Amino acid sequence: MEALAIFKDFWICIVLVAIAGIYCLVMTRNFIRVLIGLELMTKAVTLLIIVAGLASGRLALAQALAITLIVVEVVVVSVAAGIVLSVFRLNESLDIRKSRNLKG
Amino acid sequence: MVILTIVLLALMLIAALWTVMTRGLIRAVLGLAATSIVLTILMFMLGASLAAVFELSVCAGLITVIFASTIAMTQPSSRSALMEKMRHRMRRYWYLPAIIVVVGAALAWLSIGASVSLPAPLSAVADVKKVLWDSRQTDLIGQIIVIFTGVFGVIVLFKERKT
Repeated sequence: MEALAIFKDFWICIVLVAIAGIYCLVMTRNFIRVLIGLELMTKAVTLLIIVAGLASGRLALAQALAITLIVVEVVVVSVAAGIVLSVFRLNESLDIRKSRNLKG
Repeated sequence: MVILTIVLLALMLIAALWTVMTRGLIRAVLGLAATSIVLTILMFMLGASLAAVFELSVCAGLITVIFASTIAMTQPSSRSALMEKMRHRMRRYWYLPAIIVVVGAALAWLSIGASVSLPAPLSAVADVKKVLWDSRQTDLIGQIIVIFTGVFGVIVLFKERKT
């Protein structure tokens, strides 16, 4: 019962942080802000994994999964930052609307 | 303890909102680092200390550095044009606090009578190092492959082209 109470305390905040990330992804026109929105969503998911692990009594497994998620996250951000730099060199701009030459 | 948790959750939400709504990119990255730090404290409080250390060193440290160097290398040519753009962008972001308040109130109202079915807790608490090295070895191999993929991806992206 206590585990359920922990889950209820956290899940509203997790959903709201994920919504902030999705809003950033949808509304922004800057490549770097797209990555920031993605990061925010990942933070929400990391907290969700830990809270779910604690609530179900499998915290060790949840920590292992969270560590995997963090490693994947940092690799995705590094490669995406490299792609953003390449796009900037090509277009001299970080505006998504000016990246029409990536189409097709 | 419960009050501290709620204060930390509110802080995390405020840091996330600041990250999305602030004007400067560097400020947004600092907001992201602040979100990471609050998340680390929450993870320590929940007992996930190993994952918290990873979160603090990698997400609050390394990713902030990656973002800061990317921003430094992509400075726009004209600063006045950037400021003009920033002035107009706030109009698109004013809806976010309203959406957060409405969705938060709706979720709080829904969660009053909601019941979540969880699996039965395990009797023996497993050690995280044992789980990571014994049960989840495939994950570790996957992590190594992902890291190598990232390294090769960055090498390919920054390879000097022969002209």
